Amino acid sequence: MPHYEPWSEERARAVVDEFAHLEGPLMPMLHAVQETFGHVPDAIVPMLAEKLNVSRAEVHGVVTFYHDFRHEPAGRHVLKLCRAEACQAAGGDALAEHAEHRLGCKLGETTADGRVTVEPIYCLGLCATAPSAMLDGKIVARLTERRLDALIVEAQS
Amino acid sequence: MTVRIYVPKDACAIACGADEVAEAITAAALARKEPVEIVRNGSRGMLWLEPMVEVVTEEGRVAYGPVEAGDVEGLFAAGFLKGDAHALRIGKPEEHPFLARQTRLTFARCGIIDPASYEDYRAHGGYRGLERALALGPADIIEEVKKSGLRGRGGAGFPTAIKWKTVADAKGDRKYIVCNADEGDSGTFADRMIMEGDPFELIEGMTIAGVAVGATKGYVYTRSEYPHAIWAMEKAIEVARANGMLGSNIAGSPYSFDMEVRMGAGAYVCGEETALLDSLEGKRGTVRAKPPLPAHKGLFQKPTVINNVLSLTAVPHILADGGEFYANFGMGRSRGTMPIQIAGNVKFGGLFETAFGITLGELVNDIGGGTASGKPVKAAQVGGPLGAYVPTWQFDLPFDYEAFAAKDALIGHGGIVVFDESSDLAKMARFAMEFCSVESCGKCTPCRIGSTRGVELMDRIIAGERVEANLETLTDLCQTMKLGSLCALGGFTPYPVLSALNHFPEDFGAPPHRLEAAE
Repeated sequence: MPHYEPWSEERARAVVDEFAHLEGPLMPMLHAVQETFGHVPDAIVPMLAEKLNVSRAEVHGVVTFYHDFRHEPAGRHVLKLCRAEACQAAGGDALAEHAEHRLGCKLGETTADGRVTVEPIYCLGLCATAPSAMLDGKIVARLTERRLDALIVEAQS
Repeated sequence: MTVRIYVPKDACAIACGADEVAEAITAAALARKEPVEIVRNGSRGMLWLEPMVEVVTEEGRVAYGPVEAGDVEGLFAAGFLKGDAHALRIGKPEEHPFLARQTRLTFARCGIIDPASYEDYRAHGGYRGLERALALGPADIIEEVKKSGLRGRGGAGFPTAIKWKTVADAKGDRKYIVCNADEGDSGTFADRMIMEGDPFELIEGMTIAGVAVGATKGYVYTRSEYPHAIWAMEKAIEVARANGMLGSNIAGSPYSFDMEVRMGAGAYVCGEETALLDSLEGKRGTVRAKPPLPAHKGLFQKPTVINNVLSLTAVPHILADGGEFYANFGMGRSRGTMPIQIAGNVKFGGLFETAFGITLGELVNDIGGGTASGKPVKAAQVGGPLGAYVPTWQFDLPFDYEAFAAKDALIGHGGIVVFDESSDLAKMARFAMEFCSVESCGKCTPCRIGSTRGVELMDRIIAGERVEANLETLTDLCQTMKLGSLCALGGFTPYPVLSALNHFPEDFGAPPHRLEAAE
């Protein structure tokens, strides 16, 4: 299970400073912020804007453009189900429905107890052994209902 | 004597349990006091057999697969360290028909070598291309690439040598090589496999490009969904640098070139080259209007070569063996080999590199073995989410840029997704529109608004509301998107939609082949 730190401005500065020497550092900075705090907090926007000499609107625009960056922290575990064509061709629709039913929430939502966020993902590149999924960092291919149930149990623990 | 065992570290193998298999082998060997050395290689590309474990025996490498951790005890008991018989024994991998039928240039080393080993790469012909490139110098490198007939493998099929020549001739205090490794198309995984299985080949290809055009810095822009590829690339870059193959005066030459990996953040449109450049610069991944071409004003407004992974990894072979050798493969204006990816509902899915000209039917039925479900094939989507659905009665279509274009289809990045007869292509057409609406960068109206209207139209058609009229509007909308969009996302989304409609009108509640007759 990933562990995230509570928000701290000082810590945030240290995290983004590590990438200050790069050309076009905003994306690596945002990834590092999310890796540290589990999401991209609003408070980071003015800090980055000042650091990179761009407007807050520009930073906000970047943060909200990319699917990966979370505005709110996710559940304790994140289960991503591949919903792209190859996985659909191999029975992914039924598995997604099964997961929604088992977890009691829709793709893109977090369970009421905050344990599991379940999300669609568009292609893990495991298309010849579809359908596939990712639980936190772990990738799983040749997904069946049984294997999905095992992942859900693991995620709910 | 220590027995060498190869257990792939390819993401596909890991997703099928390769890490657990490697652990089980280590444990079983320890318990039996058998000295073994485990090498984590890339994948050979026979993905239905993953995890495919190979044991080095006196007769060569012997493969077993698909191996699960629970099979390991039985394999040891059966004497797999000597290559003995077992239900999972495949034999010599290179003799397997799936591999024996291929022409592997780009993937020649993938699955054979240790991807983290510079020595292994060298021992298997690595860096021969760069050595020759350094001896030839920039103008002759580009001439060699021109002779090969290499065209951009990302999908557009633009001649690589022309792109390079433009950047070489452009003036700039800095120039860049950008590798488009944002392989977001469903059904494609060749970029991922090569980055995980033979990362030095991409480094070598980018270095040659750098020497050819006078660029000193390279970026590999890849996906956050590919953590294993990122690790493998970063490791190889570090090793190459330590061996003097990246940095100042590469391989003792007057040329300098260095590179780094950058990670996207889940935006499909960043696979479009100008959106990718904006994303690299730290902006929203919106598409730029062309001109100016990236070759003139690319990354940070500097002259930039932006090539796909498969274009850049073809380059070391072209330089090592000569452009003419490469051009000997293929058909028409499609020269060389194409790493084709067979995926979806297919029995034998994997990576099949072959000369252009092979037919879709051979790929899906002979090589892929038909569907995994056992039901008849209905269609294959070629070229990712923006590629057409090709029905079985067009399976005689040869893999060739022009032949596909003539049938309103595209090769794209060479991914084939197989669908069986239970698939509903109206649903897939709706998905294509929905995907476009979610992933649209929002810059141009036909893509941003058109895809949203497309989803609404598809919902009405699927619900059976005024089907005839709505289909007419849909066809008209597709025409607008095709002609009016700024990039391939909006411009090609009509391909899956219209191909599904034209070939399978019954799925849309229209009389069979009504539309074809009308055209």
